[in-house]
Amino acid sequence: MTSDTSKLGFYLLLAPIFLWLVLLIILPHIGLFMVSISEKIGPREYQTGFGNYATFFGEPLYWRTFARTAIMSILATALTLILGFPIAYYIAKLTRGRTKTTLFLMCMIPFWVSELVRTFGWMILLRETGVISTTLQSLGLISGPVELLYNDAAIMVGLVYTSILFMIVPLVTTLDSLDDSLIEAGYDLGGTTTSIMREIVIPHAMPGIVSGCIVVFMLSLGNYLTPILLGGKDSLWFTGMIYTQFITRFNWEFGSALGFLLLALSSAIVFLGLKMSRQSLSDTMGRT
Amino acid sequence: MKGHHAVPFLTLRGCVLTDTHPDLVCRDLTKDFDGFRAVDNVSFEVPKGSFFSILGPSGCGKTTLLRMIAGFQSPSHGDLLIKGASMIGVPPNKRPVSMVFQHLALFPTMNIGDNVGFGLRQRGVGRNDIARRVEAVLERVGLPGVSARRIDQLSGGQKQRVAIARCMVLEPDVLLLDEPLGALDLKLREHMKVELKSLQAAFDTTFVYITHDQSEALVMSDNIAVMNHGRFEQIGPPHEVYHNPDTAFVAGFVGDANKIDATVSSVDGPKLTLTSNAGTRMQVEAAQSNLSAGQATQIFLRPEAIELSKSSDSFESNQNVSKGTVNAVLFNGANSSVIVRDPAGNLISVAMPQTGSFAELREGDEVFTCWRPHKARCYPAPQV
Repeated sequence: MTSDTSKLGFYLLLAPIFLWLVLLIILPHIGLFMVSISEKIGPREYQTGFGNYATFFGEPLYWRTFARTAIMSILATALTLILGFPIAYYIAKLTRGRTKTTLFLMCMIPFWVSELVRTFGWMILLRETGVISTTLQSLGLISGPVELLYNDAAIMVGLVYTSILFMIVPLVTTLDSLDDSLIEAGYDLGGTTTSIMREIVIPHAMPGIVSGCIVVFMLSLGNYLTPILLGGKDSLWFTGMIYTQFITRFNWEFGSALGFLLLALSSAIVFLGLKMSRQSLSDTMGRT
Repeated sequence: MKGHHAVPFLTLRGCVLTDTHPDLVCRDLTKDFDGFRAVDNVSFEVPKGSFFSILGPSGCGKTTLLRMIAGFQSPSHGDLLIKGASMIGVPPNKRPVSMVFQHLALFPTMNIGDNVGFGLRQRGVGRNDIARRVEAVLERVGLPGVSARRIDQLSGGQKQRVAIARCMVLEPDVLLLDEPLGALDLKLREHMKVELKSLQAAFDTTFVYITHDQSEALVMSDNIAVMNHGRFEQIGPPHEVYHNPDTAFVAGFVGDANKIDATVSSVDGPKLTLTSNAGTRMQVEAAQSNLSAGQATQIFLRPEAIELSKSSDSFESNQNVSKGTVNAVLFNGANSSVIVRDPAGNLISVAMPQTGSFAELREGDEVFTCWRPHKARCYPAPQV
């Protein structure tokens, strides 16, 4: 029994998100796909085909970088979860009132600074002449300067640091909704801390864990700044490779193909993750 | 400390020697929070297989007391023994008590079978054995074959029974219940009262039940402790607490009562003559009231102790008779009552006789009220 005016209102309210989806997401992707399936056969001569995709699978450097990016992102997601869960549990269950708000704000404060500045902060700490290296030297623990930048560990530190907030927020929300008396009931029935975590807390927090993991994984996979700045020119991050194709090599066709492969990869891994944790996307996004 | 207590308790459990102990003993149990004493020197014993209620208004410390028995809070001092073994320093997961929480605290991520089997899994019982014992206990609470269902598929009363089954499957020495009927609607609550009592008898386990609802406590309990401001005012069987309250608080809190402020005029052995603040003279018989002439008192009078009459002829001379007018008739089936305004202007609640002889009573009618001197209870007025 919707009247015509309220229907109009509904469409007007829907219009911005609809325009955003169509103009900024769907149309560019269609364009990108069109570009990715056109092969350059001569100056200004193109033909339709999957040659760009074939190039990707034919050259080990490309798909190895691809796999490396995926594995590193999964690892970063796992590390973020392991580090973020205790923090979120502490904030949600073991603090009350002002302490809780303060701690939550303290997690948020670093994100008031731009990602570029934060990444440079890590470079100041980790580089050869940086804070950590000079402190270790002045303490006499090492004899010469040590380079902590430009390796996989540095990339990992940067990735976890940039994305941990996006893990903590959904986790705090779901853990907050866990009734304390459920945990008490667990102890009362003879449960140990480990079994209560495994059987009561984690199943309850599962939607938060999954949505946090999806966001962190996507952010890591699509991160450009952190791997390039902290990993140096050997970082071999897939986004860096896409950038090179578009900007340095001016090979838009191949760059588009790589972009599409990244989209397929991230979707496939999220799908697998949801299947493995037996969660559905609507449950996960609906409950947090 | 933990190990020291846990080991003897495990070996002694079920041993014939320990059966002579009451299931639960509290000695001078006290709990202090910052500048506030929630539980104040509480001592009591609960014999094996009995239903013990702790009745008190909200904020009287009964939840704190129950949480100390369960082990979620540790007493500031005093001792707590279950089957003769001290529980001080024993964590909740090592105590032979189980608790039914106020909102039941069933695990929503598990089905009913997993909920009930949770405690057995923690003890490392085999999978087949768990399934068998879970099914057996569900049958005993009248819910056979529901193991595979989800929690939200149950009604309020069924959830209640699952929560009890989840505790009883562990065969605890003492079952603690924290106002579990509070969330139910009236009809179901009345039904669950009877059911809880019969479950307790069937399992033959000691129940410790806390509530602010005096009717729950009166119906179900073998013994009631009335609690106020962290102290036990009286411990006794329901009829004792109802008919012979030890203190003014118990008299006012358990059951309905008319409270009359009065002053003692004269004392003649157990016979007291009192003058109410409104000027009415009354005769009260109170053994060992320790009241002296001139002392301010509070008189408590049950509505059912007052007789109604249309004329004053039938009353004997030593009774307290007064004439009044009907202020209101509160019809409530068998619990109907009449509010009578006495000449001094005080309102007195009188139970409506069930004979039907006063069915025609209307607002403004003249009636006589009468009560026998030994029916009233007299206490020194609290110092203000």
